[in-house]
Amino acid sequence: MANIELRGVSKQFGDVKVIKNVSLTVEDNEFVVFVGPSGCGKSTLLRLIAGLEDLTKGEIHIDNARIDHLAPAARGLAMVFQSYALYPHFTVAQNMGYALRVAKEDKASIDKKVRAAADILQLTDYLDRKPKALSGGQRQRVAIGRAIVRNPKVFLFDEPLSNLDAKLRVAMRIELTKLHRTLNATMVYVTHDQVEAMTMADKIVVLRDGMVEQIGAPLDLYNAPDNRFVAGFIGSPAMNFFAGKVEGFVEGGIEISLTEGAPLTFPCTGSGLSIGDAVDFGVRPEHFCIGQGADGTLKGEVYAVERLGGETYLYLSSSSQKELVVHMSGDHQVAVGDHVEIGFSIAQSHLFGPDGQSVR
Amino acid sequence: MEKKRNAGFETWLMHIFLVSTAIIVLYPIFMMVMSGFKTNAEIFGSPFAMPKSFNLDNYAVIWNTTDVPRYLINSTIVTVISVIVLLITGTMAAYAISRYKFRGSIMVSLFFLAGLMLPLRLAIIPLFVQLKAMGLVDNLMGLIMIYTAMSLPSTVFILTGFLRSLPSELEDSARVDGASELRIMVQIMVPLITPAMVIAGIYNAVPIWNDFFFPLIFIQTPENRTLAQGLTSFFGEYSVNFGVLYAGLTLAALPVVAVFILQSKRFIAGMTAGAIK
Repeated sequence: MANIELRGVSKQFGDVKVIKNVSLTVEDNEFVVFVGPSGCGKSTLLRLIAGLEDLTKGEIHIDNARIDHLAPAARGLAMVFQSYALYPHFTVAQNMGYALRVAKEDKASIDKKVRAAADILQLTDYLDRKPKALSGGQRQRVAIGRAIVRNPKVFLFDEPLSNLDAKLRVAMRIELTKLHRTLNATMVYVTHDQVEAMTMADKIVVLRDGMVEQIGAPLDLYNAPDNRFVAGFIGSPAMNFFAGKVEGFVEGGIEISLTEGAPLTFPCTGSGLSIGDAVDFGVRPEHFCIGQGADGTLKGEVYAVERLGGETYLYLSSSSQKELVVHMSGDHQVAVGDHVEIGFSIAQSHLFGPDGQSVR
Repeated sequence: MEKKRNAGFETWLMHIFLVSTAIIVLYPIFMMVMSGFKTNAEIFGSPFAMPKSFNLDNYAVIWNTTDVPRYLINSTIVTVISVIVLLITGTMAAYAISRYKFRGSIMVSLFFLAGLMLPLRLAIIPLFVQLKAMGLVDNLMGLIMIYTAMSLPSTVFILTGFLRSLPSELEDSARVDGASELRIMVQIMVPLITPAMVIAGIYNAVPIWNDFFFPLIFIQTPENRTLAQGLTSFFGEYSVNFGVLYAGLTLAALPVVAVFILQSKRFIAGMTAGAIK
């Protein structure tokens, strides 16, 4: 298995810069997820690694050997596509063995490898079928099988689960995680679904406009986002933001005033802020509680409630905020039109400076 | 209730229309086939009656005393080779235009499209001069070249549309699997457009098989005649034996009809592909 290193990778289509100077490392056996809003360049970055697009600038290394000048097949990686990209006129076995056939392996060894992969993916009964006779989940497994058969150094996944229904997606998510453990392989996975990112990744790379916003373990990104974008992107529903202003400095922190509620003292070291600076104060929906909070309380009117039994989502509007989302575990008897108080604690909230960077 | 009766009426109208169209199209063919079994006297005496007997005398005359078998072979050679060359070159051209981005790709496809709008018969004199210089006048090879060139625009036009509709992820996937560009085209992409190739093949084979104009200009020796051209020799040579002529025409139409019936499923599949997705 292998590690991947991207050094100053850039990609331009005509005048449009899609990837801007991205450098990152994927360790051996690591499951790395590229995540970001659509159009952020995550799929392009994956295609650059696969060799399906040429680099404009930079270098890509696998196992410390430069590979960006090599043809896709020579890079020793396998890719699973969003649409599965199965060859419709081949059977499952022919689909899975195609790469080996191209590489002129002998028939017996192809057959053995295809059967081994089919065994892992429970596809043995379907080897003689054409893709059109398979369900979505089975097709996806064939696509994965096609990758496994080649025994690649690196697996690349381009939104492989987005064509599946919700239930199957959860099942395949777990299967992929298992597969990662069984194969002990380096995997790079692109998705726009942050639940997939949070549940599967060893490391998440958050991308925006072709640039890396933050790289880290899923919970590190959740607990300590580097900037307002990552804070808003990771976590579902998204973090609530309140506009605020720096009022002054105290020992070990700064005083801020929000457009509503009492002024707060936010603990930080060397914030680089000055008095009068506009800041954003962020609290995740799940970190609000009903009633008085430890450090602050806001008031709002409920305009929508989602009671799922195990959890409850409240949508409020307050004097300064059109939409505030509160997520609570358990069932709560709140009705539309109710006026409620919601509280938060400073320890579970975040502050972002005028440049969007996190203040700590 | 009113609506239902209306729908029934519309269906009836539709059926009447379809049946009458079918009769208009099929009756001359039926007449041709039936007249092939008649003698000259029968044809002139009772042109619309059924033949007195279904004997194969006229066909025997064609087979034994005329050059029609030779013409049949010539027409088959010209049509089959033209369509094969046409499909190979047409597929390659359409593949390049539809699957690769290169400078001037639009110009190239417009160049092919322009061929659809030019009546080739207008260029007959320069064409003759050109073929003469190449020594291809009175040569089946010359006809094959003309037919291939003539049919390329429509073939490229039909195939480009189909090839454009194939997902590029298939190509990418084959590239990652290590297949060369030629292999991707031959093994992955082209098998997926066979319905379109059947359409392009039949669409062009029929006019090539039936063509009268180009053999008339370019073929001089009787051994090199094609079927459509060869049948004219029945005028005069046998003081116009219409029975034999109709039998010859039936024979000429038979291969095309057979090919169409055999491939009709694919032909229709191709015609309606992309309609439902």
